[in-house]
Amino acid sequence: MKQTAQISLTVNGETVEADVPVRRNLVDFLRQDLGLTGSHVGCEHGVCGACTLEVDGRMVRGCLMLAVQANGANVTTVEGLADSGRSAALRQSFMARNALQCGFCTPGMLASAIEYIEAGGASDRNAIREHLSGNYCRCTGYQAIVDAVCDVIDGRVSA
Amino acid sequence: MTNPLTLYDRPNSYIGHSVPRPDARRLSEGRGRFVDDKVLPRMVHAAFVRSDMAHARITSIDISDAKNSPGVIAVWTGADLAPHVEPYVGVLSHLAGLRSAPQMPLADDVARWQGEPLAMIVATSRALAEDAVALVTVEYEELPAACDMETALDPDAPVIHQEFGSNLAWERTVDVGDTKAAFSRTDVTLVERELRFGRHTGVTLEARAAIADFDPSEDHLTFHYSGQAPHMMQFIFAKHLGLAEENVRIIAEDVGGSFGIKIHTYGDEIATAIASRLLKRPVKFVADRHESFLTDIHARDHVVHGKMAVTQDGQIAALAFDDVTGIGPFSMYPRTSAIEANQVLNLTGAPYDIENYHARARVVFQNKNMMCQYRAVGHPIAMAICDGLLEDAAAAIGLDPVEIRRRNLMRDDSYPRASASGMKLDDLSHQKALERLVDMMRYEALREDQARLRNEGVFRGIGFCSMVEVTNPSPMFYGIGGAPIASQDGATIRLDAGGGIQVSSSVTEQGQGTNTILAQIAADIFGVDLDRVRIKTGDTEVTPYGGGTWASRGAGIGGEAMLQAAVALKEQVLDVAAVILQAKPDDLDIKAGKITDTDGTERMDLSDLARTVYYRGNELPSDLKPELIATRHYRVTDFPFVFTNGAMAAHVEVDTDTGIIRVLDFWAVEDCGRVLNPLLVDEQIRGGVVQGIGGALYEECLYSEDGQMLNTTMADYLVPMSAEMPDIHVAHIETPTKTSVLGAKGAGEAGTGGAPGAILNAVNDALRPLNSSLWQMPMTPERVLKALGKV
Ligand code: FES
Ligand code: FES
Repeated sequence: MKQTAQISLTVNGETVEADVPVRRNLVDFLRQDLGLTGSHVGCEHGVCGACTLEVDGRMVRGCLMLAVQANGANVTTVEGLADSGRSAALRQSFMARNALQCGFCTPGMLASAIEYIEAGGASDRNAIREHLSGNYCRCTGYQAIVDAVCDVIDGRVSA
Repeated sequence: MTNPLTLYDRPNSYIGHSVPRPDARRLSEGRGRFVDDKVLPRMVHAAFVRSDMAHARITSIDISDAKNSPGVIAVWTGADLAPHVEPYVGVLSHLAGLRSAPQMPLADDVARWQGEPLAMIVATSRALAEDAVALVTVEYEELPAACDMETALDPDAPVIHQEFGSNLAWERTVDVGDTKAAFSRTDVTLVERELRFGRHTGVTLEARAAIADFDPSEDHLTFHYSGQAPHMMQFIFAKHLGLAEENVRIIAEDVGGSFGIKIHTYGDEIATAIASRLLKRPVKFVADRHESFLTDIHARDHVVHGKMAVTQDGQIAALAFDDVTGIGPFSMYPRTSAIEANQVLNLTGAPYDIENYHARARVVFQNKNMMCQYRAVGHPIAMAICDGLLEDAAAAIGLDPVEIRRRNLMRDDSYPRASASGMKLDDLSHQKALERLVDMMRYEALREDQARLRNEGVFRGIGFCSMVEVTNPSPMFYGIGGAPIASQDGATIRLDAGGGIQVSSSVTEQGQGTNTILAQIAADIFGVDLDRVRIKTGDTEVTPYGGGTWASRGAGIGGEAMLQAAVALKEQVLDVAAVILQAKPDDLDIKAGKITDTDGTERMDLSDLARTVYYRGNELPSDLKPELIATRHYRVTDFPFVFTNGAMAAHVEVDTDTGIIRVLDFWAVEDCGRVLNPLLVDEQIRGGVVQGIGGALYEECLYSEDGQMLNTTMADYLVPMSAEMPDIHVAHIETPTKTSVLGAKGAGEAGTGGAPGAILNAVNDALRPLNSSLWQMPMTPERVLKALGKV
């Protein structure tokens, strides 16, 4: 009954080889098999955005992708974004604006915001709200998150 | 010792400043420690078989296939776990007459709501446990269900607990003055409405999560818990599992949102603890989203018939209402499900001078998930009843909604006083808050825009809510009724050899910034830099005993205990410093980690003092017995609660073709006493407002007539997302409470309490020229179109 497959991928710059159950999704694999618990699970069906992470340069829902589909891929999680410094400015502005409370949405929110900023998004509040509208946050009310993204785009933080 | 209040003006002060949260960095780097992130040796995973029926006799549960499923370690039914738990009953003695039946973690012979756990499976992974759940066959004999709270009291309604003879759980009436006489006066205008408030729920992004780790060698349970009240949970596990309280340790590290959801006794969590005890190894249970929607407590669910009379010059002559609220088949343990209705009776009309007040609430059992305390318990109902009727009455007599408030709000110089329902009130500022609000939103200009746009067929509305919030509760909230819920909290502060301080407190952090507030107070009052303070909360083994964080009490109660402890430690340290430096304590101070003269001249480093005490006590006189640690506790004594007040306004646009309501702007002026950290308080207000908007416009737990919840996914249950939310403008009035030195009241629930009333009024202001109105939350597009007669 147990069905597994051998996969090889790069996670936060490290090569990972693993034998994974074929039904395991990517975020469960990262959390349970690799101990990368920064990516969170809020709904398991692609709605809340808590599991948002980068696969081959695109932000995806880690709960909507199977680990076996990441075979050969290059995966970056919130831990990787922090270690490489890619999220540094945004993290600093999140702290300055108190754009996180419980912090459970934050890894996914950072990933979506980085996607917007790195694509050259403007500091247009409505556009930012639209872009982040797939990431649920129960605590902040979103305004501080929008402020934080604007601060980075407008160069009000440096890290 | 000087008066601590003067310390606010010191250099390096933190209280009152927008200090960013030190713990935010960890969370932003993916270094959170949420329950599901933890892995313990030999840990196994639980999943539950849950009732498919709202009300049914369980005729058999076949677990044989599940037992043989791969990875399965144990399968238990209600009968298996029953001998290991003492049943619990959600009643409190101060809610006279409240009744509820004993509850067990797993239902035994009768299931009373869809989602009630029936059997538990423990396996080597959650996925394998879920596989086995699918192999359990439950045979039911369906029983007639009482799902609709409005008919649950009918004589022919099925009775859920036969021993009670009806589905009435609790009833209370408040009768002040003579409403009958006031309503029959010929010189008053009457408005009468039926207000409906849908069921919604907390939707914490992190679901309920638990790891129970029982160690039989010490008869000791460690319970990793995502929640708000560790000491309450310690009592509950000890009492109902038959353990000594000191042998139960509750650890709550990072909590992914709670809002009152994670402060109750859930059968699946109790079962998880029993499972760990039976298996002698750690058991993890993390609810999936479907389980969260089915079993996290729901909130609100009220139908209110309300009536207000106003005189021609706009004075409230009388307010009366009748509230029915459905709470599911049991009253939740240990806080009970009657507190919300009680709050509605206590709080309705509390901002206003009202002499004639009549209110009745009936709390009703029904075959749906249980209802209990969620952020701003009762407040959105209470505020929407009074402020909704008030603006309705204002329109009826042709008075502006701001003007009618000016004529009825309690005067800022009229405190201390009581509300119509008898609530003791002090240090409030309704009038100031309203004027500040009107100013900040540019009310006149907004009205002009509204009139102009109406001519163009654009329907915008402006609505207000003047509100109170219950914060800093005394023992009168729960303790008096026999609940194992502390109203006092404690803080311990210790100077370590390195000159840094260690703080522990019994209040808890779920993202509000409690830990930051505590660090600010400790650093500021004692006199060290903020980065020399380490904070520990959320662990019954190492923190002082206390209530945790609920009813907006963390800053006001936990903060005051922290202040008192820091004052005490400072005195102790200066006593030692005075001996070492041969000075008088009164001539010394502590600033930025140094003992100084009062003029700021540095005398010695705190670490030198501490190292002398800890390592080289021989240098001190033998009669000096230094204590470099202090603990203080605090509770509110003079008042049952410390009320805050606020004034809020919403600006909305109603699309009369689609029924979609867009919130264009929202303003909130809040008086939470001394603002300890404006950055954090503003974000509490904003987050609260957005939850209030969610309840007003989007969120509803939809049930079929036979008690099946229909929208148990986040795709089907709508929550506020960033694109729909407006920017929210926040301002403060600071009227410190006289009950404490710190002067802080709570702020966490105001937005959720006030926003729905303001949104209701704004929508009805927009609909008024169309001769329509809508009194049902959430105000969905379909309901708007129905109100407009378009569908
Ligand atoms: S957990 Fe993947 S989107 Fe919610
Ligand atoms: S900070 Fe709690 S969900 Fe966003």
